[in-house]
Amino acid sequence: MQTPLLKRLWQFVREPLDGWLMLFLGLVFVLSMLVLYSASNQSFDKIDNKLVYTVLGLVVMWGAARMRPQSIMNFAPPLYALGVLLLLAVHFKGVTVNGSTRWLELGITRIQPSEIMKIALPMMVAWFFQRFELSLRWWHYLAAMVLIVIPGGLVLKQPDLGTATLIMAAGFFVLYFAGLSWKVLIGGAVAFAASLPVVWNLMHDYQKKRVLTLIDPMEDPLGAGYHIIQSMIAIGSGGPFGKGWLNGTQTHLDYIPERTTDFIFAVYSEEFGLIGNIILVVLYLLIVSRGLMITARAQTLYGRLMGGTITMSFFVYAFVNMGMVAGILPVVGVPLPLVSYGGTATLTLMLGLGMLMSIGNTRR
Amino acid sequence: MSRPTRFKNTQAEEGQFQLRLVVAYAIMVLLFLLLVSRFVWLQVMQHEHFSTLAQNNRISLVPILPNRGLIVDRNGVILAQNYSAYTLELTPSKMADLDATVAELSKLVNVTPRDLKLFKKLRAESRNFEAIPLKAKLSEEEAARMAAHAWRFPGVEVKARLFRDYPFKELTSHVLGYIGRINTKDVERLEEDDQTTNYRGTTYIGKTGLEYTYETQLHGTVGFEEMETDAGGRAIRTLRRTPPINGQSLHLALDIRLQELADKLFGKRRGALVAIDPRDGGVLAFLSKPGFDPSLFIDGIDSQTWKELNEDWEKPLVNRALRGLYPPGSTFKPFMAMAALETGAIGPNDIRPAPGYFTLPGSSHQFRDSKPSGNGMVNLAKAIQVSSDTFFYKLAWDMGIDRIHPVVAQFGLGSKTGIDLDGEAAGVLPSKEWKAKRFAKYRPEVGRWYPADVVSIGIGQGFNAYTPLQMANGVATLANDGAMFKPHLVQQVVDDRHAKATPINTNPVRRLAFKPAHFEYVKRGMQAVLQPGGTAARIGVNLPYTMAGKTGTAQVVQIKQGAKYNAGALAERYRDHSWFVAFAPVEAPKIALAVIVENAGFGAAAAAPIARALTDFYLTGKVPADLSGQLQTVKTETRSAAEIARAQAERAAEEQEGHDANPAP
Repeated sequence: MQTPLLKRLWQFVREPLDGWLMLFLGLVFVLSMLVLYSASNQSFDKIDNKLVYTVLGLVVMWGAARMRPQSIMNFAPPLYALGVLLLLAVHFKGVTVNGSTRWLELGITRIQPSEIMKIALPMMVAWFFQRFELSLRWWHYLAAMVLIVIPGGLVLKQPDLGTATLIMAAGFFVLYFAGLSWKVLIGGAVAFAASLPVVWNLMHDYQKKRVLTLIDPMEDPLGAGYHIIQSMIAIGSGGPFGKGWLNGTQTHLDYIPERTTDFIFAVYSEEFGLIGNIILVVLYLLIVSRGLMITARAQTLYGRLMGGTITMSFFVYAFVNMGMVAGILPVVGVPLPLVSYGGTATLTLMLGLGMLMSIGNTRR
Repeated sequence: MSRPTRFKNTQAEEGQFQLRLVVAYAIMVLLFLLLVSRFVWLQVMQHEHFSTLAQNNRISLVPILPNRGLIVDRNGVILAQNYSAYTLELTPSKMADLDATVAELSKLVNVTPRDLKLFKKLRAESRNFEAIPLKAKLSEEEAARMAAHAWRFPGVEVKARLFRDYPFKELTSHVLGYIGRINTKDVERLEEDDQTTNYRGTTYIGKTGLEYTYETQLHGTVGFEEMETDAGGRAIRTLRRTPPINGQSLHLALDIRLQELADKLFGKRRGALVAIDPRDGGVLAFLSKPGFDPSLFIDGIDSQTWKELNEDWEKPLVNRALRGLYPPGSTFKPFMAMAALETGAIGPNDIRPAPGYFTLPGSSHQFRDSKPSGNGMVNLAKAIQVSSDTFFYKLAWDMGIDRIHPVVAQFGLGSKTGIDLDGEAAGVLPSKEWKAKRFAKYRPEVGRWYPADVVSIGIGQGFNAYTPLQMANGVATLANDGAMFKPHLVQQVVDDRHAKATPINTNPVRRLAFKPAHFEYVKRGMQAVLQPGGTAARIGVNLPYTMAGKTGTAQVVQIKQGAKYNAGALAERYRDHSWFVAFAPVEAPKIALAVIVENAGFGAAAAAPIARALTDFYLTGKVPADLSGQLQTVKTETRSAAEIARAQAERAAEEQEGHDANPAP
């Protein structure tokens, strides 16, 4: 009698989850635990916290995966509206830390509404396209752009160039999958390139500095360039096979900044070398491939748009983080998906993956 | 109707969408490939470069300072040592507001205006990232207070440092010299000698005296610790340690008891005294009065104190024994006598007049004798005993400078002795060449040698100018029948670690090829000086051993023709200098000395008693009754070389602990 019960429980848990994705996530998770243990100097505090967050994230993911995409979709307008309202509240009543106003004081805790927008914005844009699926005209795209620019602009004003870029990129991915004309896309790319000098002038000094630092970190080796130089040293000295787990000197002698969060990849890279990097990149590519596969089989427009966008966003996070640690992209506050330590980011990400699985579960 | 159209549309849209997925996928794969190629560049192609950088990041070489060698006297009494104390050090580059930090620190520790002045001076001289001491030698209480408040002051450290201590201060200042902070000039010298690495972490270097001469031996060899350091510069663990080799100690020939006694005998008077062991050239006492407190110089002297010392008319900073040039007065006569005998200008038994004054043929200028009535008819020995000026005027006139110079020069007068101290003055033993060279820039008449020039030279005046050290060495050579040594303060350089002593070369540098009979003759004449009828008969009373000497009076100002020297009428500093040279015992000399007391008048009055008291103590251990209570070193127990070595080894170990006891930052 017991076996069928357990079997049924297993079935219940297993049923909404995507097997391939779970396998890849599990492998990345194992790596992330190894590197976090090393990065936190072999302390279990962060490991414990991360386990808690991961379990929470799994629950959220499972919950999202169990729901039908249509039901989730219905949350889009209120979630988006709430997000914009909170961003406005930040704008007027936010807490300023290090010169940028990103947080909202809620008495007990402090929240960062731009984090909500990472999910809410693409949901809203996808909802919008689904809503007008049968009568899409050029002005619908224009309207979608407005939906993107409102929160994007608010976040940009905080200022938080990194998050604003990620949010707007997510919205843009929806537009892309919704069939925004190639001409507009290419025209936009050209216009963007042309507007760079203007953007440069509008940027804050610290943002300019980040870009300059990227071009030549040695310009300011003890200041802005320090982080990049040290993480490049970590990666480079790791060599083809790495220094071995727990043996990274850059890591354990504190040379790597933010080594459990944004720069955790430098730790990984130093200890596991090029081989490790390739394994991680391949795992990410597998996750992305699976995501696009699910997307390709999605039944509804909303499903396609969200599936594609979640997958692309996942890729962008991974690429931007590794690119920044490897010194080819400017330093923006983007964690390495599934690996970096941090509760909010984990939850948001798992939620996204859950939504992806839910899309996969409702096939034609 | 619309259904099929819509279906078609959907299919077209479907195709569109799949295309976009493929494009997106292609872009993602491409970007991942870009990332991987970046990794390949960093981790394969640039791997070596970054490995080096990581290694440099990780490992820093921390110098371990060797302990500076000790300096002990011939009996093992410590004259220079090290002790550990806490200093408060600031690194300007690590703090936001230096002045505010200093102000805050002043509330916790007692920072004197002198400390502040010194700090400002050092600040101007050092680079921003160098730690500069604000206050040396914190009290235990201050060190504890600082430790408790350290967190408030980034860039402020309390460090255990070794300090140099000269327990006898003024007494040994002109022998030991002092160490001081390494300045740009020292750095240049170190660079020339390729010693920069060996001085990493070292703050002090010998500036003068033995500390300067024996810098290499005293300093030792720096050790290194390869430390693994984290990004904050904190040392994590030691990878490798090369221990330092401590400096070697100097064992001096100097007897501090003799030195102290001499000092007390001088009292407040100015002058110099050099005592040499004629048997090996070891310097037994080396005094220049007044001295100074060497500790003033170690951490850099403030400009006001420096000005005071430098402009003091007593010139405490001048090493009179080494650099003070004085006419020797009548102490020159024994050397004149040697020259006269050697050149055959006079025979031992020749009797000549010694009248009240001497005039040159065809001149009315009177060279007066110190005794207006003269000494009648005397031989050479008697002339030495009574110090007849007119006898030696005539002798010098008869000989001419060309017969005097070569013989006297062999006693080392007018040239550096080569003692192990820097900055020795050569002095002047006049000759025709010397005069021509000396006055080369004037009209030729000025540089020409006039026969009359030699007359006053015969009694040690005129152009004659020697250091007390030269006189002592000359007398030692004479006492030793011509065996001449290079005077040396250091007897042995001792390596504590290997318990190995390197003796300083004590072979005679020269043996003067003069007739032993002539040495004997002159020495007997000098012995007579202390006997009844001699100029120093008073100090020859009750001699338990034999002693020979010669008084001298060096003129500071020329007395006008016809005028009488009247000490009372002259300002003190224009009075004559009082000289005395001596050796004892006459048969087998163990000590030779030269004493000059500035502006103290006749040699017999001031200088001779000092010499007698010293020989008394050195040969019999007797201490003048009136001084016995004041002498601290006399009772100091003497230790054997083995005992000293053991004590030093223990000391070195303690000091090393002092080094290591730096509180963890």
